[in-house]
Amino acid sequence: MTQSTTAGPAPSAPTRRARGRLAGLPFLGPGLLFTTLLVFVPVLLITAYSLFERGRFGGVVFEFTFDNFIRLFDPLYLGVVANSLGIAAAVTALALLIGYPTALMITRLSPRWRTIALIAVLLPFWTNFLIRTYAWILLLNNAGWINQALQALGITREPISMLYTPQAVVVGLVYTYLPLMILPLYSSLSSQDKQLGEAATNLGASPFRVFRTVTVPLSIPGILTGCVFVFVPAMSNFVIPELIGGGKTVLVGNLIRDQFLEARDWPFGAALALVLTVSLLVLLFLQSRLSKRLTDGPGRRRGGRRQAQGQTQGQAVADA
Amino acid sequence: MLRSRFIRIPFWLTFVFLYLPIVVVVILSFNDSSNLFVWRGFTLDWYAELAGDERIREGLVNTLIVATGSTAIATVVGTLFAVGIQRHTKGGLVRAFALTPALLPDLLLGIGILSLFSLLGFTLGLYSVLLSHAAFSIAFVTAIVLARLSHLDPSLEEASRDLGAGPVRTFLRVTLPQLGPGIAAGALLSLTLSLDEFVIAFFTAAPTTPTLPIVIYSMVRFGVTPEINALATVLLFVSVVAVLGAQRLTRVTEAL
Repeated sequence: MTQSTTAGPAPSAPTRRARGRLAGLPFLGPGLLFTTLLVFVPVLLITAYSLFERGRFGGVVFEFTFDNFIRLFDPLYLGVVANSLGIAAAVTALALLIGYPTALMITRLSPRWRTIALIAVLLPFWTNFLIRTYAWILLLNNAGWINQALQALGITREPISMLYTPQAVVVGLVYTYLPLMILPLYSSLSSQDKQLGEAATNLGASPFRVFRTVTVPLSIPGILTGCVFVFVPAMSNFVIPELIGGGKTVLVGNLIRDQFLEARDWPFGAALALVLTVSLLVLLFLQSRLSKRLTDGPGRRRGGRRQAQGQTQGQAVADA
Repeated sequence: MLRSRFIRIPFWLTFVFLYLPIVVVVILSFNDSSNLFVWRGFTLDWYAELAGDERIREGLVNTLIVATGSTAIATVVGTLFAVGIQRHTKGGLVRAFALTPALLPDLLLGIGILSLFSLLGFTLGLYSVLLSHAAFSIAFVTAIVLARLSHLDPSLEEASRDLGAGPVRTFLRVTLPQLGPGIAAGALLSLTLSLDEFVIAFFTAAPTTPTLPIVIYSMVRFGVTPEINALATVLLFVSVVAVLGAQRLTRVTEAL
């Protein structure tokens, strides 16, 4: 338990280590083979394609060029990127606004209700993503329940067109990724030392001041994690803009999909996908670095590190 | 402490937000009207229509084949991978390599695998989807089993070796049983991921062998019919049972 997770089962002599290398092959081999062939090679291939020219009738002509990356600076595509950034930022902000009080409230429930609330948050997330998107088509429709309710209440006479707008895309994305905000926030808030808040209260701080000066600052790693978890998939989603946005809101994901399936310009699609992926991975890296630094305060180094490790493991699971 | 009514109201609103769409779909699946938005009385007709829909049945069969196949591969390969990483590697390089697929956008994996298969002339079909799903599920199984491995007590294995058991016997009789819950959680996650996975299947499936999510996508895209409500309700029910079952079995929420 006290050993670091990467160390071997026992302190071993060099000869045993060498034998261990070979013994590792049946364990490591299949995984390395699969991941290399179906993840590593495809990513390399996309990288290579991004540096070649497109064929006249689709496909790839193996002539080296930087044109695909230069084309990214075309105002048309820059507009799509700006649009995606704006929508993903709005989605992240809204998810944080909705998720924070929810996560905070969950930490204050009794253990039994806490489990139930967490399952209730996760349940929609485990149901089919397309079905959830479809449900919003029903709700936001001109004849849908929201418009029916608004008209019945006399708030509006004519139905409001909500479907096929950028706002609808934002709602759909917030709905889809909200659990990815709530879970890291919850894990960060629930690991907070309650005595700190109590001490602040005893020293005369108002509840809001405790919240502002103790609770929120201590939960910054959770906020960062949640924001990245929502922002990253929101950037590359192409299904929601198409189904709820009616194809009128074009995001980076839609552009990449179209380059591969409609325009048949694989090199340009590859360049787009590559730039998107690298930016998102940089974001993930910065977030994990920052969270680690923030949790590794003086005096609680070990605990902090272990917590950060647990979070990255949960991260991999939640990222699905 | 912040007064709880300031967070109690947003808390309940969140759950209204999360469950309103689901409730709407379930209620409308029993609506005796081909107009989706006007309630005309209770019926089970849409479920009957669903049961007779050839496309959906085909999609379901394809999805089940892909999910069980890819889960079987991912569980075995991912478990071995995790044990190998913990026992036989020093640095974090192999570990990072193994876990990266879980971090990459599914869009990149989808177009990447499509590019590879088209370069190799590999015909798209069920196998291409199955293999792609296995490839990214391995990362998730590996992550979960690794987490479990780091909590194992090494002295049990030492005791087994001291008592004369060989490495194979120790692995099968001591290590594997202790990893059981982690492996089960990994398999379950892999199964759910594959059942729901759309983007990678969208790029790697042949038009003649769509998985259920692809069938749903085209149904939603080309006109909404009440039949989808019935399908949605069935899938929701299956998910609820699966999640609650998983919670019972492995306490997945604790891992999160």
